[in-house]
Amino acid sequence: MDEIDITLTVNGTAHILSVSPRTTLADALRQGLGLTGTHVGCEHGVCGACTVIVDGAAMRSCLMLAAQAERHAITTVEGLGRPEALGPLQAAFRKHHALQCGFCTPGFLTTLHALLTEEPDADAERIREVVSGNLCRCTGYVAIIEAALEARAAYGHQEAEAC
Amino acid sequence: MKLPPLQYVRASSVSEAVDLLVQGAGDARILAGGQSLIPVLAFRLAAPAVLVDIGGIADLKRIDITDETVTLGALVRWVDIERSTALKAHMPLLPAVMAHVAHYQIRNRGTVGGSLAHCDPAAEMPGLAVTCDGTIILEGASGRREAPAVEVLTGALAAEIAEDEMIVALRFPRWRPERRWGFAEFARRQGDFAMAGIVAHFDQDADGVARDVHIGVIGATDRPTRLPGAEAALEGRIPDAMTIRDACRAVQDEVEPPEDIHASAAYRRALAGVMANQALRQAAGLPAAANGQ
Ligand SMILES: Cc1cc2nc3c(=O)[nH]c(=O)nc-3n(C[C@H](O)[C@H](O)[C@H](O)COP(=O)(O)OP(=O)(O)OC[C@H]3O[C@@H](n4cnc5c(N)ncnc54)[C@H](O)[C@@H]3O)c2cc1C
Ligand code: FES
Ligand code: FES
Repeated sequence: MDEIDITLTVNGTAHILSVSPRTTLADALRQGLGLTGTHVGCEHGVCGACTVIVDGAAMRSCLMLAAQAERHAITTVEGLGRPEALGPLQAAFRKHHALQCGFCTPGFLTTLHALLTEEPDADAERIREVVSGNLCRCTGYVAIIEAALEARAAYGHQEAEAC
Repeated sequence: MKLPPLQYVRASSVSEAVDLLVQGAGDARILAGGQSLIPVLAFRLAAPAVLVDIGGIADLKRIDITDETVTLGALVRWVDIERSTALKAHMPLLPAVMAHVAHYQIRNRGTVGGSLAHCDPAAEMPGLAVTCDGTIILEGASGRREAPAVEVLTGALAAEIAEDEMIVALRFPRWRPERRWGFAEFARRQGDFAMAGIVAHFDQDADGVARDVHIGVIGATDRPTRLPGAEAALEGRIPDAMTIRDACRAVQDEVEPPEDIHASAAYRRALAGVMANQALRQAAGLPAAANGQ
């Protein structure tokens, strides 16, 4: 099939990409732009490893064609911080040992970043409900929830006064 | 797996989308949120030549509420329903059910039209459409038509939609403000498709008697369907614990559950009764039964 050109912004940088129409956004990010932080686990929407943020909302990049991202702004895990300057969620994940093998981690970070940006006061129950869409085979989720709860402060969450 | 080779075109209006379906001559498929279609393509269960992306058609993204009707455009997403303050006020059942549909990320893309067209027997929106007297509005090469949801959603993954037709909206009759409603479903994990689920609503007259009872089931039948026997068990009676128990027995008698790797027919039948009890107690304002019964 003929390739098509798409224009999209990824982590603040505009790109024009030529892709086959069947290319998913996940593959376009990984193979077209070399952004291999977005992981591909199941390729059919169940694991959440491929989650990216599209115009502020967390979405599965394996369930989107690259062509559907035309003129949209994408944030991948690479956009959440750098190795020498981790973002607040990344720092909290590291502190709480919220990752082991790390395969699932990009999907958790992007999902939680979108959630806490919109809902900085999300409680443990809400966070647990949201990350039910992401599979982690290593950590048992407890440390992930703890990390997310701690990172909320950086998103504007005010701790309730202890009495 | 990677998707099969295909062509991709964007439609900027409903009439353009219909034209593209006509040109595709049966080998073109509408792409809405992609949350069911892309997995279908990834599993190579279908390999259409052309995908017609309707994602840019703004007219299809509206939620319209009038004195008589509540209309959801085909591209209204689960998250739009979940957050709609107008729906919370006028048809609160819809936003309440959204928490059960798939996961956070999928709710940001999945749409009303896509779910109806995909017609999974365990999906929530087809169940709501059938139970709450929904009308599906379609547009095709021969113009616009309207059909009751029960006449379109007739089988598992087999909605009655012609090759040159697409769904433009789902319309419900407007709710009475005091309407009582309940919803319960069971899935193995949060966000999975329901193994059984019950949608219920009724009105109550001045004496507390239930009128215009609607009870529908998802997951425990081959298509979303109302349960007339269960409705009759409640109609004209006060919805107390005993009456609700009768209605639940009727639910269990009426459902014809499939048997699959996830559960036996007997298990799904029992589960449908338990879900009916939860949904009807919620609707009647009774406390949740302690033992889940
Ligand atoms: C992991 C996972 C879990 C899920 N869990 C649930 C769940 O618990 N409950 C639930 O209800 N759903 C669930 N879904 C499905 C999800 O809600 C889908 O988004 C929805 O069923 C289809 O909507 P869509 O917009 O993504 O449609 P698409 O995937 O774009 O399309 C689906 C089908 O409908 C057709 N179509 C789309 N729009 C139209 C239209 N306007 N007119 C005619 N045909 C059209 C397409 O051609 C295709 O055949 C889940 C999905 C995944 C991946
Ligand atoms: S790779 Fe996208 S959800 Fe698993
Ligand atoms: S850290 Fe290994 S899968 Fe989550």
